[in-house]
Amino acid sequence: MAAAVELRNITKRFPGVVANDGVDFEAAEGEVHALLGENGAGKSTLSNILTGLYHPDDGQIFIYGDLRSFGSPREALDAGIGMVHQHFRLVPPFTVAENVILGDHRGEGRHFMVHPRHIERRVAELGERYRIAVDPRARVWQLSLGEQQRVEILKALYREARILILDEPTAVLTPQEAESLFETLRVMAQEGRTVIFISHKLNEVAAVSDRVTVLRAGKNVATATTRETTPKSLASLMVGREVAEVERTAREEWLGGTVLEISNLSALGDRGSRALRDVSLRLRSGEILGIAGVAGNGQRELAEVVTGMRTPMEGSVTIDGKRLRRGDARSAIRARIAHVPEDRLHTGVAPSLSIASNSVLKTYRGSRFARGPLLRLRAIRENASSLIRHYDVRGARPELPARRLSGGNLQKIVLAREFDGQPRVLVVASPTRGLDVAAIETVHKHLRTAASGGVGVLLISEDLDEILALADRIAVMYEGEVVAELEAGEATVDEIGLLMAGGKVG
Amino acid sequence: MIRIERRLKQPRWLDVAVPLGSIVVAFVVMTVVLLATGHAPGQTFWRLIVTGFGSMFALNSTLVSATPLIFTGLCAAVAFRMQLFNIGGEGQLYMGAILGAAVGIALGNASGWLSVPAMIVAGIVGGAAFALIPGFLRAYLNTNEIITSLMLNYVAALVIDYLIFDSLSYWRDTSTPSAKVFPQGKTLPDAATWPVLHIGSLALPFGLLVGIAVAVLVWALYSRTRFGFEVQVIGDSPRAARYAGMRTRRKILAVMALSGAIAGLGGASQDGDFRHTLDPRGLTAAGYGYAGIVIAALARYNPFSVCLIAFLLGGLQNAGYALQGADFPSGLVGVLQGLILFCVLGGELLLRYRFTFDRRSRRVEAAA
Repeated sequence: MAAAVELRNITKRFPGVVANDGVDFEAAEGEVHALLGENGAGKSTLSNILTGLYHPDDGQIFIYGDLRSFGSPREALDAGIGMVHQHFRLVPPFTVAENVILGDHRGEGRHFMVHPRHIERRVAELGERYRIAVDPRARVWQLSLGEQQRVEILKALYREARILILDEPTAVLTPQEAESLFETLRVMAQEGRTVIFISHKLNEVAAVSDRVTVLRAGKNVATATTRETTPKSLASLMVGREVAEVERTAREEWLGGTVLEISNLSALGDRGSRALRDVSLRLRSGEILGIAGVAGNGQRELAEVVTGMRTPMEGSVTIDGKRLRRGDARSAIRARIAHVPEDRLHTGVAPSLSIASNSVLKTYRGSRFARGPLLRLRAIRENASSLIRHYDVRGARPELPARRLSGGNLQKIVLAREFDGQPRVLVVASPTRGLDVAAIETVHKHLRTAASGGVGVLLISEDLDEILALADRIAVMYEGEVVAELEAGEATVDEIGLLMAGGKVG
Repeated sequence: MIRIERRLKQPRWLDVAVPLGSIVVAFVVMTVVLLATGHAPGQTFWRLIVTGFGSMFALNSTLVSATPLIFTGLCAAVAFRMQLFNIGGEGQLYMGAILGAAVGIALGNASGWLSVPAMIVAGIVGGAAFALIPGFLRAYLNTNEIITSLMLNYVAALVIDYLIFDSLSYWRDTSTPSAKVFPQGKTLPDAATWPVLHIGSLALPFGLLVGIAVAVLVWALYSRTRFGFEVQVIGDSPRAARYAGMRTRRKILAVMALSGAIAGLGGASQDGDFRHTLDPRGLTAAGYGYAGIVIAALARYNPFSVCLIAFLLGGLQNAGYALQGADFPSGLVGVLQGLILFCVLGGELLLRYRFTFDRRSRRVEAAA
């Protein structure tokens, strides 16, 4: 029997990089096949080639034994290949059913007049069968990210995709939701579908996949049966060297007095609904306080209120006993609250401006970089060069536009700038999202160093492993409220996961 | 099948090759049009170049045409840099002209040299004040400035018409019986005539020099100062600007005022350098403000490029006036000018995107 998917010798070059370098890949019918690799290893490029988004420079694609060449995603869809992207391709004001038939030119969607009943019934049936039920009439913007992902999967199933590719699907899920997704994937595999599961998380790969292919630097370095691997062996294949285990150390002796006090904060979100409800938190000098929660439960708004980017309705933010002006980012900067925002490319930097400009984004007013109304361009450039050297930002020159840096190097620039201001409090949101293992290690090291130097760190992350690895204390947010505060030692993943989903513990 | 993709890198040589190629394409298309309408292409092109740039007389007229375009081009470029789309250069120029003319008339001949700087200030104030209307609306009510500033152009055109044609305003000449029947503006006093700098037989209007000085100042402001830094950050990413604690509203007001002030200065220059009266018909027919938008886009918002392109476009306009005649309808002149602009602006697309031809079928054969 021919494999469901067979890629032979796929090569794809982009200016300056070889994203895929002679990759062979094969996935059988009825298996969950994990595609493991660091960011930039070529996973996304490979899946984009398979779904017709890119055209390979070299190599062949066989689907169920037939040589195929996809000129567009539609052709790949017609061949039975469905994809669930990391960033969903949904139209928020449309209903679930409408999203499902969007762009479908063969089934119900090909008619000029649409019969919503049929589609709704079919979507409900599919949801039932695969345990991913979503109300077909709900509008997408009302759904949680986990539910939106279900819509994406339903979309693929509705189009009778026999090969389903999921790109980092658990990034937006609680551990429980992830477990239920795995369940769905197994059902699909039992039916003879092929699931290609892209991830850089070892435990997930072990939990869900039958076989695993590891990519590194655009090459296939190994394909193995998952049962015969260990997380450690996979990690060293993925990184190309041994990975040091993260060690937690008791930091109690460093903890100083309260630096940041958040009292009774309430704020509206972008849609005008309550995003924060009466949040109170206290952060000590030298402490890392982790804020856990599924994306969209008020964490972003919390970070924005604390850093003055969003005006709260009620409550106050106090640093070193001084109250900050509400909704005034400049006063937060003056109080030395540093901020590594979630969206580093459009909030953390001005992407088209040079690295030098971005390195003084908050300090250009002071006498260090300005004389009266004039900028001291030379001082700015020299400072940027020294930050680049000190933080080891590869491939960076002061005059290069910031958007030309990779995620990890961009994050280093943002961190370098924020530490340069000698902060009292550091608010970091999803600091390692999209970074490779080496960059994650670096970022974590910098955060620990900052904390041990007496900075209070508010670490907001959807990655529970990250919070468990770094935080001294963990606060869990659900629907805008802090539902629990736990000491790091006493919290288990299951407990936190349950709290993140709105459940109660004990 | 042809596909359009965004370029990942923009090779340097394209910056030169694309504009040149665009002009070649423009001339090819123009040749077709000219042949179809029974004109000799070679001779027409020759006249186009000679009457635009080929003699001292042509150069001097081109400089006159270029002067207002520098102002309106800078007006647009200054605002567009911050992604603030002030389309109201036209109206702001009228307002500058109105206030400039009022001050020029009011000061008479008694004030001597004071008239010229006073008119400059008046033009700046008129343009800036008028631009602040869409500026405030944008900053505090988040109104789309494209629409408000565009609509205010019509308001300004009606105001300037009203002053001369529909009222006995301060600007209107009512001294002679014929002026009462055929409305026209008061002639400005001699002291309100701006000086001309003669270099050999080249005559440089004072406004042109002011315009170039403004270009230098704008360049310094945007590349060397904290203000310019903030404008760049806001233009590139408003969220990053908020993150950095920049006061975006104030910056919107300041940039709108600056942009309007430059256009208003252009209006005052029209009074003092060239028209010596408030001339509604001439100003509204010229459409300097709208041409300025095209110039800013072609110059990619660079102030020095604005000056250069204003000069080239001024020449093209002039050549147009010289070309038209009994055998050459003015509509055809417009078509030729339009073709050049169309090709050059269209060429910009090639800088940012590339066209690829799908070789899919061939690949499959090769693989099989």
